[in-house]
Formats: sequence, C-alpha cells, structure tokens
Amino acid sequence: MLLITCPYCGVERPEIEFRYAGEAHIARPAEPSKLTDEEWAEYLYMRTNPKGLLAERWRHAHGCGRFFNAIRDTVSDRFVTIYKMGEAKPDLERLVVEAAQ
Amino acid sequence: MTQDFRTSAGGRIDRSSPVDFTFDGKAYRGFAGDTLASALLANGIHLVGRSYKYHRPRGIITAGSEEPNALVGIAREKGQNTPNLRAPQVEIYQGLNAESQNRYPSLSFDVGAVNDLLSPLFVAGFYYKTFMWPRSFWQKVYEPFIRSAAGLGKAPTDPDKDRYANHYAHCDVLVIGSGPAGLAAATAAAQSGARVILCDEQSELGGSLLHDRTSAVDGKPAVDWAADAIRALSENDKVTLLPRTTGFGYYAQNFVALAERVTDHLANPDPRLPRERLWQVRAKEVVIATGAIERPLVFPENDRPGVMMAEAGRIYLNRYGAMAGKRVVIATACDTAYRTAVDLKAAGVDVAVIADLRPDPAGVHVDAARSAGIRIEGACVVTGTKGRLRVKSARLGRIRPDGSVTAMGEEACDSLLMSGGWTPNVSLYSQSRGKVAWDEDAGAYLPGASVQHERSAGSCHGVFGLQAVLEDGYAAGENAARAVTSAAKRPKVPAVTGGEEGAGGTLGALPHDRDPARVRAFIDFQNDVTAKDVKLAVREGFHSIEHIKRYTTTGMATDQGRLSNMNALSVASKTLEKPIPQVGLTTFRQPYTPVTFGTFATTARGEAFDPVRRTPMHDWAVEKGAEFEDVSLWKRAWYFPKPGESMHDAVARECATVRESVGIFDATTLGKIEVVGPDAAEFLNRVYTNPFLKLGVGRLRYGIMLNEAGFIMDDGVVGRIAEERFHVTTTTGGAPRVLAHLEDYLQTEWPDLNVWLTSTTEQWAVIAVQGPKARDVIAPLVEGIDLSTESMPHMSVREGKICGVPTRLFRMSFTGEAGYEINVPASRGREVWDAVWNNVEAVGGAPYGTETMHVLRAEKGYIIVGQETDGTVVPDDVGMDWAVGKKKADFIGMRSLARPDIVVAGRKQLVGVLTNDPKVILEEGAQVTAEASPALKTPALGYVTSSYYSSALGRSMALAMIADGRGRMGDTLYVSTAEGAVAVEIVSPVFYDAEGGKQVA
Ligand SMILES: [Zn+2]
Repeated sequence: MLLITCPYCGVERPEIEFRYAGEAHIARPAEPSKLTDEEWAEYLYMRTNPKGLLAERWRHAHGCGRFFNAIRDTVSDRFVTIYKMGEAKPDLERLVVEAAQ
Repeated sequence: MTQDFRTSAGGRIDRSSPVDFTFDGKAYRGFAGDTLASALLANGIHLVGRSYKYHRPRGIITAGSEEPNALVGIAREKGQNTPNLRAPQVEIYQGLNAESQNRYPSLSFDVGAVNDLLSPLFVAGFYYKTFMWPRSFWQKVYEPFIRSAAGLGKAPTDPDKDRYANHYAHCDVLVIGSGPAGLAAATAAAQSGARVILCDEQSELGGSLLHDRTSAVDGKPAVDWAADAIRALSENDKVTLLPRTTGFGYYAQNFVALAERVTDHLANPDPRLPRERLWQVRAKEVVIATGAIERPLVFPENDRPGVMMAEAGRIYLNRYGAMAGKRVVIATACDTAYRTAVDLKAAGVDVAVIADLRPDPAGVHVDAARSAGIRIEGACVVTGTKGRLRVKSARLGRIRPDGSVTAMGEEACDSLLMSGGWTPNVSLYSQSRGKVAWDEDAGAYLPGASVQHERSAGSCHGVFGLQAVLEDGYAAGENAARAVTSAAKRPKVPAVTGGEEGAGGTLGALPHDRDPARVRAFIDFQNDVTAKDVKLAVREGFHSIEHIKRYTTTGMATDQGRLSNMNALSVASKTLEKPIPQVGLTTFRQPYTPVTFGTFATTARGEAFDPVRRTPMHDWAVEKGAEFEDVSLWKRAWYFPKPGESMHDAVARECATVRESVGIFDATTLGKIEVVGPDAAEFLNRVYTNPFLKLGVGRLRYGIMLNEAGFIMDDGVVGRIAEERFHVTTTTGGAPRVLAHLEDYLQTEWPDLNVWLTSTTEQWAVIAVQGPKARDVIAPLVEGIDLSTESMPHMSVREGKICGVPTRLFRMSFTGEAGYEINVPASRGREVWDAVWNNVEAVGGAPYGTETMHVLRAEKGYIIVGQETDGTVVPDDVGMDWAVGKKKADFIGMRSLARPDIVVAGRKQLVGVLTNDPKVILEEGAQVTAEASPALKTPALGYVTSSYYSSALGRSMALAMIADGRGRMGDTLYVSTAEGAVAVEIVSPVFYDAEGGKQVA
C-alpha cells in the first residue's frame, strides 16, 4: 500500500484514503463543438501511458476531498513530487536527471 | 512406540513435561518444546506423507518452513481442520491430532502409488498432454480423477470459528529473522535508540545459534550468548520481539506484512486471544536476515524416507534431542555437513561414512570429523538408495577423473543426510522488487542494489561463518539506525571461536552409474519433478526458466522453490548449454509461506465485512414482515408479503393498490447532493443534458447526466429551492460516483465557478406517497403549503411543515400516478412515516417495496440507470432525446453525441416487448433474434432489460434494447427461453397511461 502526501492537508496518508483520477494536465477543450472527431477522440481517449514518470491526478477522497497532481514513477511506484491543482507541471526531464544524481 | 531415537540428554526440550499426541490416529509421546517433526523422528518415524503425483512414500527432509514433504492436517474439532501445515513448524501440545495427507487408505499402503508404476504417463507437462482428449472425458473422467488422486490436504468444511486480529505498526527498523545476523542487527539498532521490531517464523528466537553446539561467542556458548542478547532486547521498551511470526510479504514503500501465529501451539488457548494476528508494518528501514537454505543433492532415489538435509539432522539432534537414525551415511559437497557428522558421532550415532563429491576435502570441519574417527571418502557419490518405506542402504560410487562413476557397493544405514551447499534466501529481497545478481564466486544469486530502504545481512546475502555474520549483522543494524536517527552506534563485535565458514557446494544432478531410463532423481519433492522432467521440458522447446517452471511445475511448491530452484536451474542451464545467469531465475512473490485466509480477512468477516446502511424506517419494514434486497450497501424493503402471499401475489397486490388507491414507499436511499452558490444553476446546466438556467424556484426537473463520452451515467430529479440553492437527487448506488464526478469538474475544469457541493444523502429521509389518494392522505398533516394542483403542480417543490417537521415536499412521480416525495430530516423520518402510514392505512393503502416500484416504472417505460443502460447507452437510445437541451452550447458529453458511432443507424433502442403468450415472463438478459432458430453465429438483435408481470395490464410485459428498435414497432421477433424461443411483438415502451394524465391530476 502506497503512502501519499496530500498537499492540502499536508500529511502523509495511506493509499486507501485516496482515489486515482487518471493522467493530469489534460484540459477539457474550451469549445468542444469546434473540435473534429479526431481531435475529440484524442482528448477523450489518448493518454501517454509512459514507462517512467507520469503526471497524474489523485483525490483525497476520504480526507479533504481535494484533487491534486503528482509525479509518479510507473516502474517503481515512487512519488517524485506532489503539487496542488493549478500549479505548473514540473519539467519531467529535469526530474529524471535529478533523480539520477 | 517409545522414543527410541531420543538422545539421553540435551536439546531445548523439557524432558520433565511429556506431551501425548496422535499422528494418523496412533498415539505417540514427545516433550514440551518438540515440533511434530522432531517428536516423530524421536519415535523413529520418517514416513509422513505421499508425494503429489506418484504417491511415493516421503519423509521429513528439512527442519524449517521450506519442508516439501511433511505436510500435515491438524484437526481441532470437526470441520475446523487446517491443511498443509509443515510438520517442522507445528509445535506439539497435549492432545494434538495430526493427519498425514495425500494417501489412501493409509500411509504405508496407498492405492495411488500405482501412479508410480505408470510414471511414464506423468512426465513433464503431463497435465497438458495427458488430459487432452476426448473433450467429453473432462467432466466425467479426468476432473474427478485429478481431484481425488491429486491435491494436498483437505479443506475445512465448516466456517472458521476462530478469531483473527489485525495490527498496524510503525517502527524505525524492522529486522526479519533472528539468527546471528538478525540478533546482531536488532541489537545495534536498539542500542542506537531506534524503535525496533524483530520477528522470526520459528517458535524461539535465535536461529542457527539454537543448534550450534561447538561455537562460542564472547567466551560463552553460542546459545547462551543468544539468550543474553534476546534478554537485553526484551528489556528495551522500544523493541518488539515477535517469535512465531513470518514476514510473508514485502510491498511498496517498506510496507511489510507479518503473520503471527498466536495460539496454534497451545492445548487450551485463552479464548480471548485471536488465533493469528496480521501485522501491517510500515518500517523506515528493513534488515532482511533470513539466512540460507541447504540444497538437496539430486541423485537417484533421493526421495526415500530417511533421506534428510544434513543441517536438519544437526538441528533435530542438538535442538530437540532427536536422532535422524542410528547408523547414518552423510553425502555432501560442502564442509558444513561435517559439523553434523561430528555432532552425531558425539551423541553416539554410528556415522558410517561421509561421501564427499570433492576429491580432496580439507579444512577445519573436515579435520574435526577426521579426528573424531569418522570415515571420509573423497570423490565419492551416492548413486541410489534401497528400502521400501525407509532407507536401508545407500549405493556409493567413485567418481573417476573423467567424470564417470564406478560402483563402490552399498552402505547399510537408516538415515542418509545430504548437503549440496547453501542457497542464500533472497525471497524477501526479491519481493521488495530488487533484482538479484548472479555471483560466480559464491555460485549463487545474491541481492543486488536496494530498491527500497532495506539491506540484507548475513548468509541471505552470501556472508558465511559466524564471526563474519555477526559483524555483518551489527553493521546492518547500525546503518539502518543511522538512516533514521542521528545517534547510531555499533556495539563492539564479540570474538567468536568456532563456526567457521564451510566451503563447497554443488548444483544440479549428480553423476551415477545407473540406467538413466530406470531411475529418477528428484529436484522438487513436493511436485514430483525430476531432473529428467526438466531436461525433457528443455528438449520440448521450453527455454525460459519461467516457462520451464510452469510446464514442469518445478518450484511451485509451498516454499516457492527455495529448496529446489537452484538445482532445477542448473539442470536447465546444462541442458541448454547456457550459463545460469542467461537462464534467469523465477521471481519470488508474496506470500513467503502459505498464509491462512483468516489472517488476510482479519476482522472483516460476516457482518463486519462491509458496512450495512439502514434507513430510519428500516425497523418498521422489519415489523411489517418485509423481505429485503441489497442495493449497494443499503438494505431496501423489496416487498411486503401478507401471510400466505407469494412474492408474485404481494407485488401484484401492491401494484394494484398504488394504481387504485395509494402506496407508501421508503425512498430514503436515493443519493442527495445540495448544490449551492451564485453559479449553481450555471454549473448544473453544464453537467446535465437538460437546460437548467431557466428552471424556476419551486420547480423540479428530471435530469440526465452523461460522462464525457456521451453515455448515461446517472439520472435523478433536481429541485430549485432558491435562486442559488438546488436539491439534487441521484440513483441509490450512484451517489458517491456522481459527487466525485461533480467535484472533479468543479475543482479542476471550472474552478472559477462559485459553487459548493455537499452530500446530504444521510441527512434526509424520503417518504414517497403515490396513487390517486396521495394528496388526501398527506393533506391533513401538511402546514404552510397549498397542495392544490393549481398552486403546486406536477414537478414542483415547496418548503413547509409536515407533522410539525420541516419538509421539502416534492410533487413528482416515478409510478405514473400523482404523488409526493416527502423529504424530512432523517432524525424525524420515522415519526413522519408513522403519521403518514396511519392515514394511508385508513384509506386502504399499502406499503410497497422496490419490486413494485420497478414494475410500476416499467409500465411507464421509465428507465433505471444500470438496468436499461450499461455504460454504452446515449439518451436517444432510450428515447430520451427530449431531455437533451438542443440550444445549449455545451454540456458534459455533448460533443460525443455527435461522434460517428453515436449518430450511425442501427444502434440498440429501448422498446416494449409483449410475448404472444401473455403468461410467459421473459428472463432479463435473454437474447432477442429475428428468427426462432437463427443459424449459428447470427448476432442477436438485442436483449431484454426488464421483465415483469403487470397487474395493470393483466399480463406479462418487458423492456428491451433492440437494434433499430423504434423502426420495428409491430414486428414479431423471438426471445430465447429455457424452453426454446418464444414469439414476441415489439411495442412502445410506455404500457400505461401513455398520455400521462394521471400523474399531473
Ligand atoms: Zn487532503
């Protein structure tokens, strides 16, 4: 069971308090009706699914209820960083370099 | 039988406390401190089981949890037996009742042993090859045969009466294994001030120190030093000592699961104690000190009872005072077996010969055996054994320089102790997701880099010899403590005499002079896998060790192959002519040893398995004799049978009562969300298909909620209580999902909207009153609301009081009749219900349950999300295009409704279905086809989603999703039933009051 830090509560809590909510930084298009079918399918279904660092959303469902973002290594399951909704996505390549040091 | 094989003195048993037990119904005596294995050996018993496939007689091989053969069932009372316990781990107590397994009718005469004669049938992959043809044989011949002949142990027949406990624990340093390395690590960590948990799967802490007769630590016998170290740890408040506790699972972020056996070793356990306790430990640092496992030698007939590991022979002798035999042959490729020989000889056992594979065995252990006068033969190999149920003699052979073997004759013996060297126990390291690395010098896989905060200490990472192991343990404990505290220190490493590292070892099948076609050398005793099986698997094209494992079943025993893997790997590597690291090693997985289901379940059983949600009116329904159904976690009244009524009778009566008079229904389980804020209307307008901006205060609207892919995810009625306040209802099961969905959009897509969402499901009790007399029934109870249709029409909401209790009164209908849903605070629900029920009863009304609710709504063609819809249904599919706001610029899922696969013709559409025979009630889920007997592989047109008897129609009726359904009105189609296809007519899904006049009256 993973331990996850909620950036709003500021505490580390077991995974069962949280719900996974898919890849992060996929904004809903402002005007969906102007998108082609291909563009809409891209938004709906296509995800990066990387082997390595992934920006993803979690919700502290059984705590404060807030959504937040996290960078997790899909190989090791390790959380590299956690940040609040609305904050900029970290530079994943730089994180990889930092992790290697 | 008396304890003929018990030494006259010594060991850690209490000779003043005899313990009587039975094995296969026969009475034996041992001593307190014995395991079942040691007590049986003391009584001269080696034969304890039959092998899985060939039913060959098998004896005790090891003294630990890796035991492959001595698996027993322990019965405490009828129906409460525990199968597949490893006899070396079972502590005896007065009255213990143990049974051998996998034999019929008895251990010494087993009819399944005919399998042994038929062994050519049972070669590698026999499961895949033998039981292939003909197909019809599976059910009647093969499966019953496999089930009766195979399988280890019997499952208990009754629910487990024992209790199991769960314990969450946190510590700085978790040490797994309490041998010299673990004790040293725990001592160093504890002296550094760390919070330490030290666990060991054995009944006593101390590991190999408990049977070390000759080494001394700090000038004390090793066992005394261990006792002092354990005492010091036990006196430290920050240290938790857990014997009988197996670290069985190493998970992410240093989460380690331990299984503690609390009472299984006790004759009369305190009933307040749980049988086992699951420890869920979160450790900052972990020290793995799980030792090494001695490898068997792979020679013909190495599975005969009496053949045992050399170290096990020493453990039984020194720790339990039990002799493996009275005349023993020792076969080895490793120095440590010489220690066994010396100890046996000192205890008065006749050691016939040490047969060493190596041409010139030398070193301190060899010298000790030589000076004890034990005969040593170098370049000497065991080539077979004789004896039926126990070994009587060992065949020996001389290995010539060219590798060939010439017979040396036989050596009489009643036990043969073997050692192929030591395999570091890397299971937990592997579970921690570390990658093991092949070490050519050690001839073993050793832990590689740490992936988590852990380190291995002692022989589990290739450090041997007592002095080196202690040093390694202290260093590991100090380093673990240093990672969590600033004040780490390493105790002075005590001086050790004796316990020198034993060199040597071998892998794989040994050479012999026997006919290879006629003899078998076992690699995996529990699964009856021989060296030949592994070679055959390679010849048949299985080159990956993972495939070889699954094809031959080698390494799939209860120890996950800790005993057998390296020999199997070596045989495969030689057959493949590839070095071992290129063949690989199978991954070790949780659990380390089998864990009972009870331990995993802990207290989550029966009523405590899942929470049960009950409404404030639950007890009333119970008093009225309701039958209940589970809807998500809720208990809902299903129907209210009167004495003598069947379910069909009761539902027909309830339906008729609602249509003709009035019914009362508990709708409390509906999900409820309060949506509040300046942007509440805008928000709901974006999440529902329907327009919400212009919904007036005091009005209700039925809304459909889609996911972004355009599919219906929930529905419900929404009331506008005030300009900035909405009362949203959801389906009973959908409430948490809907709230999470709404929160998601609110927090992440539209944080600019000023809206607050609050779950109010638990706060409101909901009493539905439906039927022509609904208004008459509630009117006398309502204050401050004009109930006339002119003032309060269908689909409106008013605030006021009922029975003096504040209410949000909804005028709405899910039945097709005029009706109300009375929302009152949950704490007042029962009193309002009682008052309303009084009035309902007075006019001849009745309570109704969910079944009647389902029938009534189906008569109106109202869908139930999850019954008519399945996650691939859009509003138009169920005829609800009217609920989609055409003028809206956007709402969740809107864009998807224009996707090509949604607008294409031929989608399944909701229709009504009437069977030609009005008495036939279709099965929900039944397939609908164009012909009565369609050709094979003809796709169905659709399926029945709801099906009932309708008292309003006086006949059966059904709803179905059928391709192009709305274009098939009046058509005859066919629906499969258990009695064959029946003809049906496709009709409108609205069966009752199509004009809708009743509900607005
Ligand atoms: Zn939180």
